[in-house]
Amino acid sequence: MGLRKPPLREQHASQGASFTEFGGWEMPVEFDSIRTEHAAVRESAGRFDVSHMGEIEVTGPDALALTNRLTTNDVSELDPGDTQYSCITDEEGIILDDTMVFRLPDDGGPHYLFVPNAGHDAEMEDRWIEHRDEWGLDATVRNTTEEWAMFALQGPDAQDIAAEATDGATRDVSRFDATFLDVSGVRCFTSRTGYTGEDGFEFLCPWDDAETVWSALDCQPCGLGSRDTLRLEMGFLLSGEDFHPEEEPRTPYEAGVGWTVDLDTEFVGRDALERVEREGVDERFRGVKLLERGVPRHGYEVVDADGERLGHLTSGTMSPTLGEPIGLGYLSADEAPPGTRVRVLVRGEPKQANVVTPPFIDT
Amino acid sequence: MSFDVPEDRRYLESHEWTTTDGGTVRVGITDFAQDELGDVVFVELPAEGDEVSAGEEFGVVESIKAVSDLVSPVSGTVTGVNEALFDAPELLNQDPYGDGWMLEVEPSSDEEFDGLLTAEEYREKIE
Repeated sequence: MGLRKPPLREQHASQGASFTEFGGWEMPVEFDSIRTEHAAVRESAGRFDVSHMGEIEVTGPDALALTNRLTTNDVSELDPGDTQYSCITDEEGIILDDTMVFRLPDDGGPHYLFVPNAGHDAEMEDRWIEHRDEWGLDATVRNTTEEWAMFALQGPDAQDIAAEATDGATRDVSRFDATFLDVSGVRCFTSRTGYTGEDGFEFLCPWDDAETVWSALDCQPCGLGSRDTLRLEMGFLLSGEDFHPEEEPRTPYEAGVGWTVDLDTEFVGRDALERVEREGVDERFRGVKLLERGVPRHGYEVVDADGERLGHLTSGTMSPTLGEPIGLGYLSADEAPPGTRVRVLVRGEPKQANVVTPPFIDT
Repeated sequence: MSFDVPEDRRYLESHEWTTTDGGTVRVGITDFAQDELGDVVFVELPAEGDEVSAGEEFGVVESIKAVSDLVSPVSGTVTGVNEALFDAPELLNQDPYGDGWMLEVEPSSDEEFDGLLTAEEYREKIE
């Protein structure tokens, strides 16, 4: 099966982008260099094509009930135009995906849109439909992933660039709020959200208008390479790397996002998670900072001074902002709390590191 | 995109170069390799006096996004290591054929060069 392509695949190629496969999509990984793009987002602004992210629309009288029973957070808290970070778990409380849930600005009923990670859209569409039918709920579920392009504008200058592109309309959008507004005349679903730690916006626009909107967000184009280093510095989870239902099965409590779990709601995995919450976790998602030369990477083991295993890393890089090697992973909750001196096995060589609590930087 | 492939050296398919002027040789990675890697942040190299073997791994280069093994084009004894790379790995991006060189090696034979790619052959591989 061929890779899915974002609408601006060819334009990005003509801008000099190199590409990578991610979640079944062929996406730009780098336009100039990861360092340049990363710095642009931290110091001024960058724009990302994240059209590989999924979109599932849930409408109808039971849209709220269905989404509330399939995500860990309390969707009923959302007013029109609100957004919520959440997890989707299985019966055992294992994270299948993490997602943003949006309650669309009111147009006659509570309508929801959620954004699964790349390659998860069909699975989530099926999951919602199967449970709707099993529970006899009245809701319409539509996978609109290939109707929407999605762009993220991030960085300290994002406010001004967005205001320029929208005749000031984004000035009225508060943090974590969402609304429909025009970008260069194109109606976009716009939220003041992102995944880099910087202020900014995410724009959903019709697939065919992607070029107009992308051009209007005039700043450094950025690829998935810098998106990864930016989210890593913040300690944000990457689906498939930091959790994966088979290869890295984790509950939200282990993954450091226990705050997305509302045990007062009834959802798939609730009872298992109540048990985990009561009994505690063996391993927790932590940061490590290497004190020696080397770069921590996915899969590297973490041990104590005697070589006893403490856990392993799921992500790592040389932080472009700090110039220091940083990693994320799951470490023994009892043996490796923040402040512990540990060793990361870099190709078998034990390198000294400190356990820290992410984020690695202040934004 | 066209990459710099100087005529005065030989190449491996794994994107290392070496000089071929008879005496001590230098080893590094190509312009194509540094571009593929992106921002280089770490280099692990052998020490002076270590032995390297043709076709075998002698070190590691890491960019922000990837880890790559380095393969030696020749067998012999390491007589020099570019220690500047430890503090300034970005030299590999800036000047892969010059200031970004990695090793100097006293080769144990000249014959291994025969199996290496000429500039023209290497250019064909990366185009």
